[in-house]
Amino acid sequence: GAEKKKKTKQGAETLMPAFFKSMGSDSPARPRQKFCGMFCPVEGSSDSKTLDFDALSACRGRSDRRVIDRQTDISQPRKVEIRESTGKEALQNLDDKRSDRLLIKGAKIVNDDQSFCADIYMEDGVIKQIGENLIVPGGVKTIDAHGRMLMPGGIDVHTRFQMPDRGMTSADDFYQGTKAALAGGTTMIIDHVVPEPGISLISAFEQWREWADSKSCCDYSLHVDITEWHKGIQEEMETLVKDHGVNSFLVYLAYKDVFQLTDAQVYEVFSVIRDLGAIAQVHAENGDIVAEEQRRILEQGITGPEGHVLSHPEEVEAEAVNRSVTVANQTNCPLYVTKVMSKSAADVIAQARKKGTVVYGEPITASLGTDGSHYWSKNWAKAAAYVTSPPLSPDPTTPDYLNSLLSCGDLQVTGSAHCPFNTAQRAVGKDDFSLIPEGVNGTEERMSIIWDKCVVTGKMDENQFVAVTSTNAAKIFNLYPRKGRIAVGSDADLVLWDPDVTKIISAKSHNSTVEYNIFEGTEVRGGPLVVISQGKIVLEEGNLHTTEGSGRYVARKPFSDYVYKRIKARSRLAELRGVPRGLYDGPVCEVSVTPKTMTPASSAKTSPAKQPNQPVRNLHQSGFSLSGAQIDDNVPRRNTQRIVAPPGGRANITSLG
Amino acid sequence: MSYQGKKNIPKITSDRLLIKGGRIVNDDQSFHADIYMEDGLIKQIGDNLIVPGGVKTIEAQGKMVIPGGIDIHTHFQMPYRGTTTVDDFTQGSKAALAGGTTMIVDHVIPEPGSSLMEAYDQWRQWADEKACCDYSLHVDITHWNDSVKQEVDNLIKEKGVNSFQVYMAYKDYYQMSNSELYEVFTFLAERGGIAQVHAENGEIIAEEQARMLQMGITGPEGHVLSRPEELEAEAVFRAITIASQTNCPLYVTRVMSKSAADIISQARKRGNVVFGEPITASLGTDGTHYWSKNWAKAASFVTSPPLSPDPTTPDYLNTLLSSGDLSVTGSAHCTFSVAQKAIGKDDFTQIPEGVNGVEERMVLIWDKAVTTGKMDENMFVAVTSTNAAKILNLYPRKGRIAVGSDADLVIWDTDSIRTITAKTHNSAAEYNVFEGMELRGAPLVVICQGKIVLEDGNLHVTSGVGRFIPCSPFPDFAYKRVKARKQLAVLRAVPRGMYDGPVSEFSMSRGGTPSASARTSPTKQPVRNLHQSGFSLAGNPAPCGPPTPDDIPIRPAGRRIVVPPGGRSNITSLS
Repeated sequence: GAEKKKKTKQGAETLMPAFFKSMGSDSPARPRQKFCGMFCPVEGSSDSKTLDFDALSACRGRSDRRVIDRQTDISQPRKVEIRESTGKEALQNLDDKRSDRLLIKGAKIVNDDQSFCADIYMEDGVIKQIGENLIVPGGVKTIDAHGRMLMPGGIDVHTRFQMPDRGMTSADDFYQGTKAALAGGTTMIIDHVVPEPGISLISAFEQWREWADSKSCCDYSLHVDITEWHKGIQEEMETLVKDHGVNSFLVYLAYKDVFQLTDAQVYEVFSVIRDLGAIAQVHAENGDIVAEEQRRILEQGITGPEGHVLSHPEEVEAEAVNRSVTVANQTNCPLYVTKVMSKSAADVIAQARKKGTVVYGEPITASLGTDGSHYWSKNWAKAAAYVTSPPLSPDPTTPDYLNSLLSCGDLQVTGSAHCPFNTAQRAVGKDDFSLIPEGVNGTEERMSIIWDKCVVTGKMDENQFVAVTSTNAAKIFNLYPRKGRIAVGSDADLVLWDPDVTKIISAKSHNSTVEYNIFEGTEVRGGPLVVISQGKIVLEEGNLHTTEGSGRYVARKPFSDYVYKRIKARSRLAELRGVPRGLYDGPVCEVSVTPKTMTPASSAKTSPAKQPNQPVRNLHQSGFSLSGAQIDDNVPRRNTQRIVAPPGGRANITSLG
Repeated sequence: MSYQGKKNIPKITSDRLLIKGGRIVNDDQSFHADIYMEDGLIKQIGDNLIVPGGVKTIEAQGKMVIPGGIDIHTHFQMPYRGTTTVDDFTQGSKAALAGGTTMIVDHVIPEPGSSLMEAYDQWRQWADEKACCDYSLHVDITHWNDSVKQEVDNLIKEKGVNSFQVYMAYKDYYQMSNSELYEVFTFLAERGGIAQVHAENGEIIAEEQARMLQMGITGPEGHVLSRPEELEAEAVFRAITIASQTNCPLYVTRVMSKSAADIISQARKRGNVVFGEPITASLGTDGTHYWSKNWAKAASFVTSPPLSPDPTTPDYLNTLLSSGDLSVTGSAHCTFSVAQKAIGKDDFTQIPEGVNGVEERMVLIWDKAVTTGKMDENMFVAVTSTNAAKILNLYPRKGRIAVGSDADLVIWDTDSIRTITAKTHNSAAEYNVFEGMELRGAPLVVICQGKIVLEDGNLHVTSGVGRFIPCSPFPDFAYKRVKARKQLAVLRAVPRGMYDGPVSEFSMSRGGTPSASARTSPTKQPVRNLHQSGFSLAGNPAPCGPPTPDDIPIRPAGRRIVVPPGGRSNITSLS
């Protein structure tokens, strides 16, 4: 069998046209230029940041032939050699820190912009050298990669481990969740802090920190959800940004009467976020309509999980995305749409990007890997396992569509929104779908699903894969280049990827604690062979070596370049000017001060939340004063007051014609 | 003009009228024929008609005879904070007739909190006294509760109103929440009404207005700056979403911007039943005038949604109107004098909103769309008259030249050239937003209710002759599709056995808010699945049949059923 395989491979190789042969030839002398359209990172954002070209130049001169040889090797038993040096070398190793020193030899390093061959040496959890023939201390643990791809560890931008929901907690806590993440090749997660309305953001944030610090096995960061809005929240947001390293806040357009904010509140939150230099995330669904639809569906006697998707039609998602894009445009605030679940929502994002809006879309593992037809499963527990909001689209072509948009750059980052509940917890809603706790699994499957659906099918290449699973997330949330890139000085969070391994996803073998896996039975190609987190091997030969509590909190600074360069330029341009006119000096109609049953017009037409400044007198006005009333110029004129012939004359009323 | 026959009987001549040699233009075809009308109705169409003696005859000499225009959106005599718009029903309908419009549809705007029916009666009274042409009424729903619902029902059933407008703007005043919109639309869909919507996001506008005023921008340019077209497009998008959810035909009044029009055409492509109404102002002029140094001129353009500052907008909207993506045209004629506009001289948010356009509508569309070759004369009839009649369920009484239709006709002169100016217009306002525009095409003769009201440039109108035309619900134009969809849209639950596994404990309270109201409807308890299998819950003797009251409450969370009588057939094991 092996021989035959080898033969066909060689056959294919000889038949390969020349231009295919040179594809992916890994020569850094000719850095692989990716198509640079409007979906590229902000120009220059990666300039002179991390690339150590001297180190790379060592790679020069490798022949294409050799790379192919190496790849042929892979068809041999899938194992990596991890050697521990012994004897003399070990003696040189005086400061017994062997596990912190790691050398990976002969890897094909894959970043989001190029791939190249080099060795990589890391120490103390940081990448120290990249190149060939590295000079490394003795006693270093060495991994021979045999030309396999080495990529930055995945960043799962959206998890909800250990999330409280009505006295229950989502089934995977930070230990279980991060373990699953690492098993899938994800070395950093960003979790959502969900403060109950009425609870302070800071105390909720500290609660999450405590949970994660004690349990997390990989580095983590935290988004904070804004579940209510008042003055105090604004101050807390400021503190979180300045002192606690939070640069993203999520608002909800759904969950009426619980988390949902009004458009005016969203506008104010976005304005605050823009001033703080953070990123506005949005859970986009029209909660008002969802509530109405839920009632209607329940009235019709539909109580099972299919009612969930029937009451959350995808139009309602697209509407909310459209609305949040509008508000973000008005406030010149960068927008990040979490959980893009449907074609129409993705289309709205793609269109908005074409119009120039700074908006990012996050499809999740579930929306990329499966669809909502399972809500009609006869097995209640299975159907309930798919319940999440926005729901999976019943349209079976949705995953393919979203994968295409992800590949072309219209959608940029991927999360998992991992928030599974076990069947007993789901059963809380057995008689009423609206009570089923929401959330699906996906943190472990994310990288493999995307590889299988996008890279194997040729929708994207390995570099784009790195971009959507890691680099873009790091850029948006200002972790780049510490995370999301293999470069000297970056964190040693790496994945040695095996594109040929196949695996059938099943709840029997997954690392989550729940009984159902929504990808049950899906066969995926591609998976992590070795996972290195903080410079330590956490996955090798299928064995996980995780340490509870070793994950560090990674603080994120505001004003991420990737996002805010454009925002800053626009806010400089967006200055508005009034038209310099003289004061109107013609007749003024009398109006009743309080029209019958009418709210006073001033409160009616302006925001109740902010006390607007009284109309300011036009600074360009000509020099005459109103009849003796200089002092109350900036008070709206009393209605009955008429100016018949002011001193300045009626210069400003031009006659008709 | 001559009198046929030997005897002249002047008494009845005005009721009998013959148009000879005209080219009749309907929305589907044009053909040459004579038209004979009597008692305000078209009695005969054809060649060599046999008509009684003493009939007044108009020689059309091959000119086009089109159905009189229907202006589907006016605000005559609208009360505003103790004053009234300067054009009352006489002045307004006179201007309409002068422009070739023989029917108007006005908006009844009840003050929030007051009765719809009273407001309707008030408007009927004003219009019956003064209107010079036939009219109908839309009723605006400015607040929503059960009594309003009852009134809407009565208006549809007894008062001949089939269209109701809701506002997504004017926060804390007319504005409705999404849930209210959903309920209004659901109700209208049941009763066969048309949901009209003033589409602008009022919440954001309020924020933007406050911001503008804080920045010291108080002039009319603040009006357009605080109402960017995106907010219009956003609201249109949202209204379409809600209408699609509730399967209710939607009518967007005042399409003022490209982006709003785009949203409508996209929705129509997706199959939504939605109609867009650009107005004379958005088809004819743009929002650059808000920056005029002349405050009074700038203020005269203030309307909501505002005219787009993009000067290519009118052309774009005319194109969409020609292609059928936008369906009808109104004028939203709502004029205020300069003194009235000056209420907002220190604060643009106080400027009363509205522009003129009822007189200019037909001519302007002819000039912008027909003479430029965007649309033909038949499409012109469709967008100025026929489509409106269809939406209002008045077709073919109005909007068509056919035997039995009302004798509301216009003989159209395609060659006349006229300059629009406030000096000669029939409105009482001092400014005309189309000032100085030279337009080709004009009505030569206007016939309303079988009487000549305009000939040789002279208007002969009579206050109070206008009749109220009741509109019946379920107009075919909109509801044929809606009805078909309703039949298809029946949802079915999946028949499953009862879940019989363990149930986790959970608290119904969520940080103070009771979660029952949070996650579920506040009004209805979940109903038991009727397809459930036959086993009974422990101790419940009546498993089948309609749910008994005992069944309805959610089972206490702590209660577990270990082995139910029916076995655990429905929990399949993992495999």
